[in-house]
Amino acid sequence: MPNALHIVVCAGIVPDPLQTLEPVNNSNVLGIKNENALPAVLDPWAASALYEAAALIRKFPGSPQQPSKVWLVSLGPKAKLQQVMMTVAQKASFQFVAIDGPIGGFPDAHSTAAVLAETIAALPGLERERLLLFGGWESATRGAGVTLQLVGERLGIADQFQGVDQIELRDDGSFEVLERIEGGKHQVSLCAGTPAVLGWATGSLAEPRNNPQVGMTNMRGILPALQKAKSANLQANGLRYLSLSLPKTQRTTRLVKDQSPKAIADELLAWIREE
Amino acid sequence: MESILVLAHGYGSGNLLAKTSLEAVTAGVNLARQLGATLSIGVIGADPASAAGRLAPTGARLLAVSGEAFTQARYSSDAAACEALCRAAQASIVILPGCARFARVAAGVAYRLAAVIDTHITAIGGTDNVEASRWFYRQRVEAIITRDTRPWFLLVDTGTHPAYELPLGESALSEGVRLPVALEQIAVELPPQRTTVTGLRSPTLGGETIRPDAKLLFVAGAGWTKKQPDGQVHGSDAARLILDFLNASGASLGSSKSLVDQKSENQGAGENQQVLPFLTHLNQIGQTGATPRHRKGLSTCCYGEEPHVVGWRFISERRAISLDPNCGWARGKADVVYVADAFQVIAELNSLMNSGQG
Repeated sequence: MPNALHIVVCAGIVPDPLQTLEPVNNSNVLGIKNENALPAVLDPWAASALYEAAALIRKFPGSPQQPSKVWLVSLGPKAKLQQVMMTVAQKASFQFVAIDGPIGGFPDAHSTAAVLAETIAALPGLERERLLLFGGWESATRGAGVTLQLVGERLGIADQFQGVDQIELRDDGSFEVLERIEGGKHQVSLCAGTPAVLGWATGSLAEPRNNPQVGMTNMRGILPALQKAKSANLQANGLRYLSLSLPKTQRTTRLVKDQSPKAIADELLAWIREE
Repeated sequence: MESILVLAHGYGSGNLLAKTSLEAVTAGVNLARQLGATLSIGVIGADPASAAGRLAPTGARLLAVSGEAFTQARYSSDAAACEALCRAAQASIVILPGCARFARVAAGVAYRLAAVIDTHITAIGGTDNVEASRWFYRQRVEAIITRDTRPWFLLVDTGTHPAYELPLGESALSEGVRLPVALEQIAVELPPQRTTVTGLRSPTLGGETIRPDAKLLFVAGAGWTKKQPDGQVHGSDAARLILDFLNASGASLGSSKSLVDQKSENQGAGENQQVLPFLTHLNQIGQTGATPRHRKGLSTCCYGEEPHVVGWRFISERRAISLDPNCGWARGKADVVYVADAFQVIAELNSLMNSGQG
């Protein structure tokens, strides 16, 4: 059985996907209209990473002297983090590490990565040689898919995997990883062991049910973590937005009713064959 | 003056460049012309001489990193190769294809070079300044960005540029024709490799259903596994109809999240068999799934909720079959909505296509 695992999950918070998003420019600070009022959720792919981390820890708990452990590191406005953690805390056991900073997709990823890497490097009790750095392979805000890689490089981790759907740990500490590649396939890799970076796609686990007991235990750590959250000042790194716009999504829809399946099939076939 | 480097990789034996790499070459050639910039192309592969040779007509300086270690799409070796090519080219703009191989390493390489990176670029323009278009919030907000910092890495989304057209016919290319070319081999000092790529695995049963080059995207929604008018779930019929359609039309298969997540309504608690066993999360389209690029899309038994429809951003022509005339598709998200039973319509379509009319 592998030794104790130290898993750090980087997870941002994002507006609930059902909300209407409208970009705004408030005194050169870009954001989403009424962003603070919009309900937020844990970034979906990062949430997959958290659930996979929790499952791994259950499977490989380590020993009483050296227990496996999950840290959840999240950058966002404190009030929003607190709101989201009320739910997330009930899903999996973790030690919460909060960084007070802006929500949203418009800050530069390099600055975000620098703050995350600095925070992770300073985590008390974290042993780098046991580290599995988890997160979503892309966020639902910026969606760049670079933050985790940058954090990994800053922490000197040379084995990185993106679009991960599965990890299987072996007794000798090595692990097999399935990464998404083009054409609906997985690339299978065998890595000699930790440390490594894994940017998760969907994984294979369903969202865990709420467990109030886990939530109570987590909340004892979450509130102090929020109180002592450091503020992050994210630099633009020369990034300038020349325009932000919403796509024209409205189409003129033709509703076809009362036609036989055969007539519809004929029309669809003609459309499919049309060059 | 800007100098541009395009990074590309071969596939298979390395004689051919991946299509995504040829798309990045187009982006690089166009930008170099626009800016009057110098162009270099760096190719990674086991033996990329043939592949790089075919890029001679671009007039670019051609660089290569070659060796057995570079047949594998692996972070540590690919990052070392890309870093070496970038250092050799000394480019201010680095363009890479947004394929899985380069998406895995590009940011790491950018960090090593004290560069900055932007990904999912859909267009590159500008005359005085380089401007790049990309989407935020999963294709819900479009932005044009620029940066003063150099080097600047731009990872170009696949399907946004035509593949660079080679002067030779495809048949000649596949025979491994080589052009005389000055190809600079760049040496790479590899760190000890802790990762080995052991192979590829297709998670789908019943054939490969994800076809990025298909003209048509066929999306199956949760309605396929709901109870039908006879009060029964017809999961196996749905599976057969969908697979028959995919085989006859050559379409790529997408799915709503609810369908890939759900289990059959008629299965008891604890059973874990999906009604459509060939569907996985890789088929999922939308907010937490893929945003594929196909010319046409046909949605079936899917309600057209916003988190799913954001995955349709790059589908030009959209049609839907739904029993609900008030579904999301009917509210300006599809061009045509057929209010009908998808089981019947797809059966008719399959019959037409299999009878030779397709």
